Amino acid sequence: MNDAGPPATRTGSIVVPNAAGLHARPAVKLTQTAKGFSSRIEFALAPDGPWIDAKSPVKVMRAKAAKGVTLHFRATGADADAALSAMLELAASGFGEE
Amino acid sequence: MNVGIVIVSHSPKIAEGAADMVRQMVGDSVPLAFTGGNPDGGLGTDMAGIMAAIDTAWSDAGVAILVDLGGAETNAEMAVSLLDDARRDRVVVCNAPVVEGAVIAATEASGGSPLDVVCRAAEEIYGAIAP
Repeated sequence: MNDAGPPATRTGSIVVPNAAGLHARPAVKLTQTAKGFSSRIEFALAPDGPWIDAKSPVKVMRAKAAKGVTLHFRATGADADAALSAMLELAASGFGEE
Repeated sequence: MNVGIVIVSHSPKIAEGAADMVRQMVGDSVPLAFTGGNPDGGLGTDMAGIMAAIDTAWSDAGVAILVDLGGAETNAEMAVSLLDDARRDRVVVCNAPVVEGAVIAATEASGGSPLDVVCRAAEEIYGAIAP
């Protein structure tokens, strides 16, 4: 699932598992989790972007990713490994909903 | 300490409901207060109520106020102008929709962002800042 990118950039992808998708509450959770890391964290609905700032609650909500959509994450920075793991883990849990 | 959030609506039910959404979606890490209605219990806003809410949600990092229509903004700005010098510069009325703005601002605040970033995040809802 995880592909090592260039130094300090980590990428990974996961399918949105929860029925309601990345709606308001999961978007808040995703943003809060991302803000816990110093790395730049982005995600996209396609492997080549466009990339969305995971720390921006408005941009995350605008993505409106539905159940079954693949979220592509990339994290760049000192804690990129931990950041990427946390984002994938959160998404895998259905953002704590299911 | 995280930036505090104050919700001001003409309707006490909207103010309370928006605060409920913030608490449930964002959690308890952000100081939060709400006020709505005029002193007679009707629709309207009350400057004293807004000042009390600012006091309740006070944080040394500042307070972001979300308002609904016209008079709410006017009264909120008047309430801010009546704060003492030490606090006045740390309270901002955000140009954002009250419900969505409160949730977004609180989300931003819960990550420890400073007041200007908290307000700007809420203002992004109206497209005031290009994505």
